[in-house]
Amino acid sequence: MAAKSDLPQGTLDLLILKVVALGPVHGYAIAQRLQQVSRDVVQVPQGSLYPALHRLENRGLLAADWNETETGREAKFYSLTRKGRAQLETEAASWARLTTAVGLILGMSEGGAK
Amino acid sequence: MSWWYRLWHPSKLEDQLEKELRFHLEQHVSELVARGCDPEEARRQARLAVGGPEQVKEECRDARGTRWLEDLWQDFRYAARTLRRRPGFTAVAVITLALGIGASTAIFSAVNPILFEALPYPHASRVTTIWDYGAEGSRAYVTFGNYRELAERSRSFEELAALKDWQPTLTGPDVPERLDGQSVSASYFRVLGVGPVLGRDFDASDDRVNGPKAAIVSYRLWQRRFNGDPAIIGRAITLDDNLYTVVGVLPRTFENVLGSTVEIWSPLQYDTSLPADGKEWGHHLRIAGRLRAGVGREQAQRELDAIARTPVREFSRPPWASMRRGLVLNSLQDDVTRGVRPALLAVLGAVLALLAIACVNVMNLLLARGAQRRGEFAMRAALGAGRMRMIRQLLTESLLLATLGGALGMLVAQFGVSALIALSPRELPRVNAIGVDGAVFAFALGVTALIGIVIGLVPAMHAHREDLHIGLRQNSRSTVGGQQNTRRTLVVAEVALALVLLVSAGLLLRSIQRVFAISPGFNASHVLTMQVQTASHRFDDDNANRRFFAQALDAVRQVPGVTAAAFTSQLPLGGDQFGAYGIRFESSAPAKQGGNESALRYSVSPGYLETMNIPLRRGRLLDTHDIAGAPVAVVINEGMAKRRFPGGDAVGRRIHVGPDDWAWATIVGVVGDVKQTSLAAGSEDAFYMTSAQGWFTDNPISLVVRGRGDVAAIKKAIWSVDKDQPITKVAAMDALVARSEAERSFALIVFEVFALVALLLAATGIYGVLSGSVTERMREIGVRSALGASRADIVALVVRQAMTLTGFGVVLGLAGAVIASRALITLLFGVSRLDPATYLVVIAMLVSVSAMAAWVPAWRAARVDPTIILRME
Repeated sequence: MAAKSDLPQGTLDLLILKVVALGPVHGYAIAQRLQQVSRDVVQVPQGSLYPALHRLENRGLLAADWNETETGREAKFYSLTRKGRAQLETEAASWARLTTAVGLILGMSEGGAK
Repeated sequence: MSWWYRLWHPSKLEDQLEKELRFHLEQHVSELVARGCDPEEARRQARLAVGGPEQVKEECRDARGTRWLEDLWQDFRYAARTLRRRPGFTAVAVITLALGIGASTAIFSAVNPILFEALPYPHASRVTTIWDYGAEGSRAYVTFGNYRELAERSRSFEELAALKDWQPTLTGPDVPERLDGQSVSASYFRVLGVGPVLGRDFDASDDRVNGPKAAIVSYRLWQRRFNGDPAIIGRAITLDDNLYTVVGVLPRTFENVLGSTVEIWSPLQYDTSLPADGKEWGHHLRIAGRLRAGVGREQAQRELDAIARTPVREFSRPPWASMRRGLVLNSLQDDVTRGVRPALLAVLGAVLALLAIACVNVMNLLLARGAQRRGEFAMRAALGAGRMRMIRQLLTESLLLATLGGALGMLVAQFGVSALIALSPRELPRVNAIGVDGAVFAFALGVTALIGIVIGLVPAMHAHREDLHIGLRQNSRSTVGGQQNTRRTLVVAEVALALVLLVSAGLLLRSIQRVFAISPGFNASHVLTMQVQTASHRFDDDNANRRFFAQALDAVRQVPGVTAAAFTSQLPLGGDQFGAYGIRFESSAPAKQGGNESALRYSVSPGYLETMNIPLRRGRLLDTHDIAGAPVAVVINEGMAKRRFPGGDAVGRRIHVGPDDWAWATIVGVVGDVKQTSLAAGSEDAFYMTSAQGWFTDNPISLVVRGRGDVAAIKKAIWSVDKDQPITKVAAMDALVARSEAERSFALIVFEVFALVALLLAATGIYGVLSGSVTERMREIGVRSALGASRADIVALVVRQAMTLTGFGVVLGLAGAVIASRALITLLFGVSRLDPATYLVVIAMLVSVSAMAAWVPAWRAARVDPTIILRME
C-alpha cells in the first residue's frame, strides 16, 4: 500500500488537478477516486489532501463552492479554473515526457551499452 | 477569497475548515457503515485514518499563504488587549519611550541640517569662505583691497564675492522698517549657485562706485512688503533716503546661510581705485568663493598662500593688510557650523544616552511583566504554541509599545524643536531649516522600530529560555535567577549612563560658573544698549550727523534715572562684526613677528569709558576737549601697552592709525583690557578715540546708558531730536554678555534636563528591581525575621542590594564619563574634564537617589510578618 511519501514531489497536485478536471468534486470524493482509479495504490491521507487543496485554491488553480451533495448534505466542491487547466496541461505533458524518458532508460538492454 | 476578507473574517474561515473536515469524516463513517461496519467501530476507524484533526487544520492554515498576516493581525489585537488591560504599565512605558524618542528626534532635527546635510546649494561642497589671519592666529575679516587682489590673481575659483552686513531702513507708504541686508559683490549669488526667480541677478555694471543703486529682495520681503507684486521689478524703493531699483526677487526656497535673517541685498560699490583713506582697507569683509570643478580645497589653499606670500607691484598692500600670515580657506559648511559643532555633537551624544536609558527602563518593565506572565506563557507553550510564535507575539507587543511611544514622541519632538530653537545660541546656523521633515520622520520611524525590536528581544529570549514546568506550577518558590540577573545588569547600565550624563552636566555647570566669574573688563549691570542710526540725506553732512548724535546724547542724559550715557562705534560682546585696524607705533618694542599689528577701533563719545566703568590704569580718559582740530588723543588697552612698552609708560607715545595722511595720535591714557568677542577668549587689543577726531563717521552707532532709565523714555528723548531715526537692538548689557556664552548655556540646559530625566529613570529602575526582588524573597525575609533578624537588618539587606547595583553602575559610569568628557573639552572652561569635585558630587547624588529608591521596597520588606509568610507556604 503506497503512502503519501511514495508519491514523487508535486505529483499529488497533478493528480488532484486531473481528478477535479472531470467536474466539480468534494475532498472526500477526490480521495476516493484517486484510490479507486489507482487500484488502492494511491491513498491520500486527509493531512496531505486538504492542505494541498487549500494551497491549490490559494494559488488560483482551483475554485471552491459550497453545494449540496446527492445525499443533500452541504460540502465544499472544487472545480478547475482556467489557470488550473493550463497548469494541468503543462504538468501532465512534462510528466509524460519524464516517464517516457525514465522508461527508455530503464528499458535499456544490459548488453546495449558499449 | 481576498486576503482582507480572510483577515477580517477569520472565524468564518475557521468554521468552513471545520465543516469541510467534518464532512470528510462523516462521509468516511457512513461509507464504512454502508459496508456493514458497526457504527461505533466505523467512527473509530475513520478517526484513525484521518489522524489529528488539529494538525490538519494547522497545515491547511499554513497553506493559505496569508498566514503570517493573519498571525500578525492576531498578535497585534492580542497585544493591544494586553496593553489595555494594564493601563499603568502601558502609560509608564509609552511615556518613557515618548520622552526618549521625542528628545532624540528633536535633537536630530536640529543636528541633521547643520552637521550632516549638504547646504542647499548646487555642488555645495565647492562653496568656500576665505579669511585673513588676525593676531594670535584668529580668523579676521578681509579688506576690500585684498579681496580685489585675490579675485584678480587666483585661478582656483569660478567666482569670488565679498560681503558685509547692511542695515538699511525701508521707508515708503508703510511704516519705516529697518531691514537686515547685505552689501555684496555682484558675483555673490553666482558663488552660491542661485539665481533670482523674478528679474535679474546683479552684474558687474551694478557694482561700480557711485553707480546706480540696485537691490535684490528675498521672496519673504517681496511677499511681506510688496504683496508679491511682479511689477516690483524695475520699481524704485527708498532705503536710507536713497532710491534703489529692485532688479530681482530670489526664490522662496533660497536659504542664505551667510545671514539667515537677511532680506535685501545691494552691490558693495566699493572704489576699485582703493583710496588709502577709504573703507576699502578696513578689515570688515567676508569672502565667499566657489571653487572651480576639479579644484580641491588643498590646492586652492596652496594657491592662496602663494599669492599671500608674493606681493606684486600692481596690488599694493598697506602694512595692516599685508596677508603675511597667510589666509584661511574653509568650506562654507564648516564655516557656518564650526561655532556650534562641539555643542551639537555633545548634545547628540547626550540624547543617545538618554534614549538608551529610556529603552533599558522599558526593557526592565517588560522583563518584570514577563515574570508575572510566566504562567500564561507556560500555558500557551503547553497548548502547542511554537517558540518562534511566542517570541513573535512578544515582539509584536514591544513594537506596539514603541509605535505608541513613537507617535507620542513626535508630539514631544514638535515641542522639543520649538524649545531648541528658542534656546539655540544665536550663531546657530540654518535655524530655518530645523523642523520635522522627511529625514527627521524617517529617523523617528527607524529609532522606533529599532527600539521595538531591541526592547522586545531581551524579554522574549527570557520567555523562551524559561523552564515550562516551573512556570506551570503557579505557587512555585523558585526564583527566576537568570531574569533577575538581566534586570540587575540593565539597572547597572542605567546608573552608568545616568552618571555619564550627570558628570557632563556638572562639568558644564562648573564651566559656566567659571566663565561668568570672569570680569568682562567693564561693568555690565544696569547698562542698557541700543543702536541708533541716521537714515536720511539730511545727515549726509558729517557735521549734521555729529550734531544729531550730540543732541540725542544730551537729551538721553536728561532722562530721569540715567546716570551716564555715551555712544560707541561698537559694543564689546555685542555679537556684531568688529572693525580691526592696523596700528603703527612711533617707537616701541618690536611686535612679536615684526611689522604691524591691528587692534579694534572704538570710535566713541567722551564719557564712553566712564559709562562702561572700564578702569583707567594710567594717564587720562577721553574728554570733551578732544575735538576736531585738537591734537588727536587715543586711549589704548593695558595688554597692548604692556607688550609694546614693557619698560616704560605708554602715555605720551605716538601711534598711527587710519589712512596714511591722517595725523599721528598721542596715547593719553591706558585702560583695562576688555573681553571683546567672548568671556572665555583672551582680551583683544583695542584703541579708543573720540568720533570727533576719527577719520570717518560710523552709522549706525550704539548708545550705552547706565542707570535705571526707562527704554521708552530714552527712545522718546532721542526722537525728540529727530523723530524719523530708527532705534534697534535694544538690549541690557548683561543680557548681551550672557548671550555671548549662549553655546555653553545651550549645551548646559540640554544636559541638565537630560541628566535629571536620566536620574529619574535610573531611580525608577532601581526601585523596580528591588521591589521585584523583595516580592520574590518574601519567604527568605520571613524566615530571617522569624529567626530574629531585626527590622534594621532587613532594611540593610535591601539597601545593601541597592548599593551594590549603584556601585557597579558608578564604576562603569566613571569609566564612561572619563571617555565621554573628551567630547566636551571644547565646551569646558577653567575646569578639568576629570574635575574630582564634580565626580564626587555626582556620585554622592546617585548614591542618595538610589538609597531613596530603595526605601519603599526596604520598608515593605521590614513590615513582612513572618507568621503570615510562613503559613502561605
